[in-house]
Amino acid sequence: MANVEAAAAAQSAVDEDLVEQAYEALDGGTPAAPGKHEQTKWQKWKDNFKRKGWILIFILPALIYVIIFCYVPMYGILVAFQDYMPGDQIIGSNTVWVGWNNFNTFFSNPNFWDYFVNTFLLCILGFIVGFPLPIIVALLLNSVRPKKVKKGLQILYYAPHFISLVVLVGMMKFLFGSEGLLDNLSKTLGGGGIDLFLKAEAFRPLFIFSGNWQDFGWSAIIYLAALSGVDPALHEAAKVDGASRFRRIFSVDLPAILPTIVMLMILSVGNLMSCGYEKVLLMQTNGNLETSEILSTYVYNFGLIGGQYGVGTAAGLFNSVINVVLLIIANFTSKKLSGNSMW
Amino acid sequence: MDAQELKAAKKKNKIRESKTDYVYYAICGFILFLLAVIVIYPLYYIVIASISDADAVMTGEVWLYPVKVTFSGYVNLFKSDDVWRGYFNTLAYTALGTVFNVALTIPAGWALSRDYLPCRKLIMALLIITMFFGGGLVPYVIVCRALGLYQNPLILIIGGGVSVYNVFMCKSFFQSNVPQEVLEAAAIDGAGEIRTFFDLILPIAKSIISVMVLFYAVGHWNNYIDAYIFSIDKNFYPLQTVINELLQATGGGEGEVVLEQMRLATQIKFTSIIIATVPILVIYPMIEKHFGQGVLVGSFK
Repeated sequence: MANVEAAAAAQSAVDEDLVEQAYEALDGGTPAAPGKHEQTKWQKWKDNFKRKGWILIFILPALIYVIIFCYVPMYGILVAFQDYMPGDQIIGSNTVWVGWNNFNTFFSNPNFWDYFVNTFLLCILGFIVGFPLPIIVALLLNSVRPKKVKKGLQILYYAPHFISLVVLVGMMKFLFGSEGLLDNLSKTLGGGGIDLFLKAEAFRPLFIFSGNWQDFGWSAIIYLAALSGVDPALHEAAKVDGASRFRRIFSVDLPAILPTIVMLMILSVGNLMSCGYEKVLLMQTNGNLETSEILSTYVYNFGLIGGQYGVGTAAGLFNSVINVVLLIIANFTSKKLSGNSMW
Repeated sequence: MDAQELKAAKKKNKIRESKTDYVYYAICGFILFLLAVIVIYPLYYIVIASISDADAVMTGEVWLYPVKVTFSGYVNLFKSDDVWRGYFNTLAYTALGTVFNVALTIPAGWALSRDYLPCRKLIMALLIITMFFGGGLVPYVIVCRALGLYQNPLILIIGGGVSVYNVFMCKSFFQSNVPQEVLEAAAIDGAGEIRTFFDLILPIAKSIISVMVLFYAVGHWNNYIDAYIFSIDKNFYPLQTVINELLQATGGGEGEVVLEQMRLATQIKFTSIIIATVPILVIYPMIEKHFGQGVLVGSFK
């Protein structure tokens, strides 16, 4: 700190103006301008910047990171309109612009509709099962009275959230795959072998239920926190009115967490077409490819691994645009219906 | 009200809970118990299978308790250089990566929580947009490649450096947990922005820092795909990638050798799953007490 003396002067001064001056001095600024009270907005901004601008230093690293790793790739979307070879510059002397060709290649893929429908079904079914489950669990947990039981159950329910996808899918294979528990039991009992990982129709249930197994407890946290903010007097009042515990879920608890539910619903609808490809890739086998190839795994398998960067970018862009449109629709609908919205 | 009256009042209250309430509590307890069993069983099965004889596992005998207890799977696993190397790599990536993440996230959250931050609205908008729209996987890889991060293990440390979601969680923590008086006192003492942050804010941010450490560390620990996306050399594979290779592997050879290899492979698969998970499950209850209100609430606004 350069101006320690100024700071010391400020210490003894209670007068607000003196403190202000000390600020100015600290930041090496000019003495307070006359007519301070008739400052324009711009002057106020400048004044604030001079006094407290150093705070920017804390956001700067994160901002630079986001610009490099999130915004520069947005500029990289241009690759969707190029014949791009790995290692090329995005715009350079040898850039070959191909217009909408990559999109045409992608849309005219005979399996395009399969990928689209697979993505949609996987995500929408996941949402239908996975969205209400944490709410129900939170409501049930909230009515458990012994504190220790409640806490213990919570800790147990969150634990699977921290298991890695590799381990999760490995565990599923031990239970439901070839040489897995189900397979072995069925063989021992004289039946044929069962390998759910080779069955296309088993892929979605496996994916969705394992996802819920892993995350229902974790997703319930936010609702539990909202529920713990409910005034106990409301419950007492409802009790006096003769409402049973079950009835109170609907008349006290649910209204309390409704804003949280709406907010989370908008967020999930915005991500409705983006189930992560990491887990799908681990679960993919030649046997279930007809249901397990979704848009994001296509981007990975065909675009990245197959080296078709242009088509991969086009397919990824198509997916993102759908997400943004869904988000805007969800937000608009919610604003109209319930007054809750994100912006 | 003396103690006796209180007791009587309590009793009266209890009577008021009708029969339907007891039915409700019973059903609720049953469902929660069932969920607990569903959560525990797969984990329990892996543990008992990892310490059971491989033949017993393959005939489906093992499903409720371990059969012919043996630790040969663990012994064999730890003989594998790949696993040790993976462990070491992952520890390095997790430690360095988490420090990098937290060093970016906590200050950013603090700055955003101050309404005098210049250009606050613009910065917020820039960050929020990235939550819903991005360039996608391929352009991301192209950019990293241009930065020399392709086939470079550094990407496993700095990839995913800032989670905007986590930044907002820190922001709401600071908004609701920093007393105004502290800041006023700091201003009167003449502490600048930088000193205020390091001397006053960091010490009271312990709980949010530990939650961030957990979130980011779990992300690094569990990451398997970046090693494939960026074609990292096998010697630099993190543990999860090593284990994925182990799980995918199918034995070769002939006759009795195949059978023996299968036994070995089966056991190693079970044990590898356990050693990849235990560290995280041990650390998590220590940090768990920081979850809950204050940290997680309000992170959505």
